[in-house]
Amino acid sequence: MAILDFRLRAGYLFGAVTIGHIVLISAQVTTDRGVPMLEAVTFGSFAEVQRGASSVIGGVRSSWGDYLALRSVRSENERLQQEISQLHVTLQQERALAQQSRTLQALLELRSEASLSTVAARVIASSASPDFRTLTIDKGASDGVRPDLAVISPDGVVGRVITPSSRAAKVQLLIDRNAAAGALVERSRAQGVVEGTGSDLRFNYVSETADIVVGDVVVTSGIDGIYPKGFVVGQIESIERVGGAFGAIVIKPAVPFASLEALLVVLSPERPVAEATAADSGAEQGAQARE
Amino acid sequence: MKVVWVPIAIAVALALQTTLARFLVGGTVALDLVLVAVVYVALTCGPVTGMLTGSVAGIIQDALSSSGVIGVGGLAKSIVGFAVGAIGQQFIVTAALPRLVMFLMASTVHAAVFMGFYVLMGLRSFPSPWAAILSQALGNAAVGMIAFTVVESLPGAVERRRLSRRPKH
Repeated sequence: MAILDFRLRAGYLFGAVTIGHIVLISAQVTTDRGVPMLEAVTFGSFAEVQRGASSVIGGVRSSWGDYLALRSVRSENERLQQEISQLHVTLQQERALAQQSRTLQALLELRSEASLSTVAARVIASSASPDFRTLTIDKGASDGVRPDLAVISPDGVVGRVITPSSRAAKVQLLIDRNAAAGALVERSRAQGVVEGTGSDLRFNYVSETADIVVGDVVVTSGIDGIYPKGFVVGQIESIERVGGAFGAIVIKPAVPFASLEALLVVLSPERPVAEATAADSGAEQGAQARE
Repeated sequence: MKVVWVPIAIAVALALQTTLARFLVGGTVALDLVLVAVVYVALTCGPVTGMLTGSVAGIIQDALSSSGVIGVGGLAKSIVGFAVGAIGQQFIVTAALPRLVMFLMASTVHAAVFMGFYVLMGLRSFPSPWAAILSQALGNAAVGMIAFTVVESLPGAVERRRLSRRPKH
């Protein structure tokens, strides 16, 4: 029996030593995506757990929402139908304006607006440590997600991809202490850098002669090469002045980071409008020809 | 006692490996004297000591290498140390032939794990490793057999020398 116990202990010890070596090796080797193997494997494995937990919670929530909390749905449905009708009218007007704008831009050979290739993703977990403001999405390298791709939501800029695994990715939120983005004030075009503080955003490196007032909307400038130009970052909440220069300029984020559920990962860089217009007009011509 | 002589054996093997091994057979045969020491320790002390010795010695050897992932050699040597120690406990390997087979197998397994890990991680390629593995296995086996013979005959030789010097009455 004692011999058996010894063999059992030796087996456990052998397993521990082998795993220790593999961890040691993994910490030094990077994957072909440039991420340390240890981090990629740990994150990839844990992301599956997070995916499972998220599915269970999502199932419970949808069951509750779909079957148990259906009070006042009829009246809400009628109200939404009316809203849709109004939005259809607005859409027609906006489409006409957009077409006019595209024509003008093509005439002026402007190459500013973007048509972005995106992939929709669902948030499956938030950061494991409170010191880092990250979240995990359910799209990874197999969906074309790579490090340093911008992540946006309908409200504005969310952050960037830092660690993609095959089926999930870790996103660094813009409010993380290590996050930053090139930005400008939409009204006065005053440039600066938006940096995260862990809870909100600061607008730094702004010229002291810049025209900034509380309430100004700050958008991405696109100069960092990660975030596409013109997406909303937030609104100036307060401005401190130290002598003549700006002190702390606090930005209230446009994105509700605490309640994010669905996001878009920007897969491609901006597509020039001239190309987009040509493609769109080609598609329209094709459709007309088919008709 | 084991706590003293095992580290000494590894230190000596590392010292010899880093200074003398490249001169052996004109530097054409890549001997691994540390592996020889690990196999010796595993055969004489068992799987746990063999594995721990292999792990520590391999990691030191990896750390001393100029370009390599620390841990690959350690993993290969700990596997070899454990396997050789376990086999040594199950079978009688005191005769020359079984020991020779043990050294040959240990060298082959070590080379397979070491090269396999590097290939698996895509860090290095070994186009035709069979000649190198075979020569290393034969070299290690020869050195191991000599080392065993020397170490085992050393206490007897010392005793005989002491007895021969004792004054006859």
